[in-house]
Amino acid sequence: MNRLINMFKGTQGTFIGLILLVAFFSIFNPYFFQIRNFVNIFDQCTVLGVMALGMTAVIIIGGIDLSVGSILALAMMMTGWVWKDFGVPLHYACLLGLFVGTLAGSINGMLVSYLRLPAFIATLAMLSAARGLANIFTDGKQIYGFPEWLTNLSVIRHFGYINITTVIFIVLAIISWILLSYRKEGRNLFAIGGNKEVARLSGINVKVTTVMVYTISGFLSGLAGLLMMARLNAGVPQAGFTYELDVIAAVVIGGASLNGGIGSIPQTIVGVFIIGVLRNGLNLMGFSPFVQGMVIGGVIVFAVALDTLKTKER
Amino acid sequence: MSDNRGLVVKNVSKTYGNTRVLNNVSFEVKPGEVVALLGENGAGKSTVSGIIAGSVTPDQGGEMEWKGEEYKPNSPGYAIQKGIGLIHQETRLLRELSVTENVFVGKLLTKNGLVDFKTMNNIAKKQLNRLGLDISPNQLVRNLKMSAQQQIEIAKALCLNSELLIMDEPTSSLGETETNFLFDKIRQLKNEGVAFIYISHRLEEIEQIADKIIVFRDGNLITKYDNARIAIDTIVNDMVGRDVDRIFPEITNDSSKEVLKVDNLNSFDGSFENINFDLKKGEILGIAGLVGAGRTEIIRSICGADKLKSGNIFMEGKNIKVLSPEDAIKNGIVMVPEDRKSLGLLLDQSNTQNLTISNFDVFLKNGWVWPRLLKSFAIKAIKFMGVKGNESQNVHELSGGNQQKLLISKWISRQPKVLILDEPTRGIDVGARHAIYEIIKKIAENGLSIIIVSSDLEEVIGLSHRILVLSRGKQKKILDNINISRVEIMKMATN
Repeated sequence: MNRLINMFKGTQGTFIGLILLVAFFSIFNPYFFQIRNFVNIFDQCTVLGVMALGMTAVIIIGGIDLSVGSILALAMMMTGWVWKDFGVPLHYACLLGLFVGTLAGSINGMLVSYLRLPAFIATLAMLSAARGLANIFTDGKQIYGFPEWLTNLSVIRHFGYINITTVIFIVLAIISWILLSYRKEGRNLFAIGGNKEVARLSGINVKVTTVMVYTISGFLSGLAGLLMMARLNAGVPQAGFTYELDVIAAVVIGGASLNGGIGSIPQTIVGVFIIGVLRNGLNLMGFSPFVQGMVIGGVIVFAVALDTLKTKER
Repeated sequence: MSDNRGLVVKNVSKTYGNTRVLNNVSFEVKPGEVVALLGENGAGKSTVSGIIAGSVTPDQGGEMEWKGEEYKPNSPGYAIQKGIGLIHQETRLLRELSVTENVFVGKLLTKNGLVDFKTMNNIAKKQLNRLGLDISPNQLVRNLKMSAQQQIEIAKALCLNSELLIMDEPTSSLGETETNFLFDKIRQLKNEGVAFIYISHRLEEIEQIADKIIVFRDGNLITKYDNARIAIDTIVNDMVGRDVDRIFPEITNDSSKEVLKVDNLNSFDGSFENINFDLKKGEILGIAGLVGAGRTEIIRSICGADKLKSGNIFMEGKNIKVLSPEDAIKNGIVMVPEDRKSLGLLLDQSNTQNLTISNFDVFLKNGWVWPRLLKSFAIKAIKFMGVKGNESQNVHELSGGNQQKLLISKWISRQPKVLILDEPTRGIDVGARHAIYEIIKKIAENGLSIIIVSSDLEEVIGLSHRILVLSRGKQKKILDNINISRVEIMKMATN
């Protein structure tokens, strides 16, 4: 029990926020507090959540990755394109999609590490380039007609509730949490985010680590693209448009600092669910996505302001 | 013109919460006078200067007078307007702006609504000339050397017609030549009627520059001396309230086993050439030289922070390649850098994180980080060095002396073979200095070989078995430390 509490240490504030949100929607909408709906929320969170895992690492080292939404589309379209136009079996096509996402991430990392571009600029360029490339494959057209097993990943609910895409998210979340908290490779990220030069003089290979972190973020974005493809049962070149903002929002709402050095997977997951619950709850209450956007904006300000006030007191 | 009594401080106190950091302090600073404020960290010097400069609001009850009028600054801007300027220990210049813009920041002169660069440049130029500086006012500050940047701070204060300058540790990053230059300027301005409040940890230089000495301890004004010819021992006693003088521990070493040897080291940028020395087990080698002589550059390249152009490094007879700090650490060479805040510590992270980050390979199995292991490692390291703090505190909550101890502990916890200390006691008060000297003695006698770089010549002489003297990047000589005098080394270093 103690260990469980420890795991969510530092998340108390946002965690309470999440519970309040759930309570709020439960009171005002009879359809909200139902297992069916919770399964639904979980489902809607997987794509965002998988990307947020990588973004957490990026933000901990004091970086930013604006290209996640575009890499999602790039991996998705690459997969669909080689499957549709070249007849590559879908599972191989998926591997190729993942590889392209990973490659895009590693290019981000090398631009940041070796060309010393600011992360904002490097990934902004990738945001533009990857989105362009995603559209080039099919000239901006969507891809349909995937084999059934793909969509089954998100449709079939094992044990009555849980589908494979959700399982993938949960497994990845646990792996990332262990990596960040209980592996030296993960602990090193906090040192890099705290002060790059201190980390370097402490014997950490900052350049290689930085490349690795962006590469992982690219890989996870590519994977998110495949998960989304399974959910949509289609390849859509506009998929994931402006997702980078939701992903960054989730990580920041969770309590990570854009200055680097602070952040954790449990916190990020709480952040992801806050966004997921907000969207789902507001949706059920009949608010448009535009209103949802406004509310999320407000929540970002509220969460970060609360955090800043807390640190100031100290 | 009112009668010119300068600054009068009467019964000023300052309380934070329940802590009284300044207790009923009264003193005067007359025009053309240099008053030295001395005391350990936390003695109240900075609080006093903050109050005078308008950045700290004193408690009710005290009062101040400036040039015969009541003086109640409510902001640094007000103090500056009245002619009182504060020059910080760390320069607070805007590196991407020109000298002129730095001088006039916040009060740019305008003409017809546009910024009047011409007039500002002229004024800045005049003040730079007054200081005897040959610096173009258009130059960007980031292109200037550290010592020049400090002169800009002074020029800035002068452009604002300051008649009282508060200098907080102005020489902490300066070498002997730069320090002398600064003192010349202070004397010159003194003759023009400018008053100074001078704060420093370098007691040796007080005699050269101060007219009066005021010693603080724990928020109280302990003594005032009307001249500066006071024995350092006396001042130190006033400061610490006990008998701790700058006695360096006797450190014995009779080993002849060579641990480190460097052969013909050369840097890319020419900051040092042809450096050769060896280091025995348990030996302390001091590196002396002026600022810019290449001291820090040499040790940075030995520990992999900078790349070498050519040269060989031998560790216990084996030629090793040091291309990164990682390589050096693996081979048992570690460094405590000169600027602990920007190069040594993760200020916003815990003591545990700081102590363990470089040592995972030492105490973890296969890279698994168990909180229990982290904690016990940190507690042991904190205890060994007598750091006042606990393992979960953030480093920025520690005092400078404890931060430095923590940093040394971080590196010796992995039991290296060579420990390099760059300016080990910079900005640290007398008590903590002494503790650090004792630690150095202890670890050297346990067989760790140490290289010490310091601008404080007495420190180098006091601690080292041998001293390598540098002059402009060239190795002058390695002296055995038997009755060497400061003068002898200075002569070599300035040659």
